[in-house]
Amino acid sequence: MNLMGLFRSPQNELEKGGKEAEDAGIRSSCPRCGVQLPLSDLQENMNVCTACGYHFRITPRERIAYITDEGSFRELDGELMSRDLLDFPGYDQKLRNARLSSREKDAVVCGTAAIGGYHCALFVMDPNFMMGSMGTIVGEKITRLFESALEAGLPVVGFTVSGGARMQEGILSLMQMAKTSAAVRRHSDSGLFYLTVLTDPTLGGVTASFAMDGDVIMAEPGATIGFAGPRVIEQTIRKKLPQGFQTAEFLLDHGFVDLIAPRLEQKETIAGLLRLHQPGSMISQYERAGGLE
Amino acid sequence: MSGTGNAYDKVMLARSKGRPTGISFIENIFEDFIELHGDRRFADDPAVIGGLATLGGMPVTVVAIEKGSDTKERIRRNFGMTNPEGYRKTLRLMKQAEKFHRPVICLVDTSGAYCGLGAEERGQGQAIAENLTELSALRTPVISILIGEGGSGGALALALADQVWILENAMYSVISPEGCASILWKDAKRVRDAADCLRLTAQDMQELGVVEQVIPEEDISATYEQIKSLLAEELPKLMKLPSDELLRARYRRFRQF
Repeated sequence: MNLMGLFRSPQNELEKGGKEAEDAGIRSSCPRCGVQLPLSDLQENMNVCTACGYHFRITPRERIAYITDEGSFRELDGELMSRDLLDFPGYDQKLRNARLSSREKDAVVCGTAAIGGYHCALFVMDPNFMMGSMGTIVGEKITRLFESALEAGLPVVGFTVSGGARMQEGILSLMQMAKTSAAVRRHSDSGLFYLTVLTDPTLGGVTASFAMDGDVIMAEPGATIGFAGPRVIEQTIRKKLPQGFQTAEFLLDHGFVDLIAPRLEQKETIAGLLRLHQPGSMISQYERAGGLE
Repeated sequence: MSGTGNAYDKVMLARSKGRPTGISFIENIFEDFIELHGDRRFADDPAVIGGLATLGGMPVTVVAIEKGSDTKERIRRNFGMTNPEGYRKTLRLMKQAEKFHRPVICLVDTSGAYCGLGAEERGQGQAIAENLTELSALRTPVISILIGEGGSGGALALALADQVWILENAMYSVISPEGCASILWKDAKRVRDAADCLRLTAQDMQELGVVEQVIPEEDISATYEQIKSLLAEELPKLMKLPSDELLRARYRRFRQF
């Protein structure tokens, strides 16, 4: 049996990747500006187009490598896998394909890490696993992460990318919105910090739950962020959407994100925010400044 | 494939025009209803009716998603498709109920949160997300009753409750069968299959542990009476719980999924 046949074929030259590709001088074309980029340049630039700044979608492992201090990431609940709970036609096969194409067990990777020396709990969603859709395992892993962060007194940093709820799990996927929201709230009520970074795309049930719950909400430039998907809105209002609708910049203008963070600056910004939310950091800062007048 | 092959008939029943809407439930279950308007942020969403009432002399807060019962009303109420200000109105009334330690009863009947330009501009996702975190920590009892359509996040925003009940011919689903058929199979004609696969009937909800009660509806006045007596039975029990215990039980209720 040829296992390679089970993998989704690479959709761009970037995905072909690897040493050989590099040696062959393979270029990847930017989906936004169309420029041909040498793969090595693109990888060096964190998969951001060097010409127009387009942020390519990336895997959780790439993101973890870009954001966390080297060797600091410890994965949690990496063995959890979705099952076809409702006997939904075709779901088993979809899960198998998603596991093969993403090389992940489900659509979110969770763990602990250090970012610029500051410890945190971290979740990173995966666009290559059924477009980051939230089923019971995604919900469970996120809930467990918030619960263990609460126990350990850690802040949570989360990167969202999701088409929404995983419809093959029916109402049980909807319940994940309630479950995760309740866990986020408990973590928040204990005074711990939660930072979300919304990446392309963040939609549906994930937007309407933990994505929008951050104390600070960052977004990657150009990311599509919304509740309803653009196509659904166009069908509802029977009009084309205006240019730039539901982009990160649109959300910034309307007051729903705190800041736009280009990928190359994210680590520094996140570390800075974690530093400001260190336990006892208020007190030590006042002390250094000579105390409260 | 699971299901009994008649789930879509239930969907049609849940959506049928003759079905009593939120207003009828408010009128027939509660007394002394006083409607309160507005989210204090932007507008008053006619798709949500909320206010104060009494139930056997006990003050309660009632919130209902209202589809409207004739064409004119349906248009005015946006067919029960809530905008962000509707969710923010329900949240305002829930926080008010918490302050005065009144229980909250939600009556849910919506095809889903509205998918329009304004809804996105005003943060539909943020509004639902906020309702969910706030409801998970609301220190007063909440009972939600799905009386018709329970359309996805737009319904859940009023259904993160201590108990969730559903009428016999109501439905609750993560996506409409039409949406599911068109996304998954690119074939709108497969709605019947989609309805079966999604497990969205009241009976499915009971099997999956999503609801505590399925309320029969052969005779609507008996249905109102049964809701009244169930509320009279369950609310005092919930009201007696210390709020920490209430919140722990609510957390466990959703943690199991």
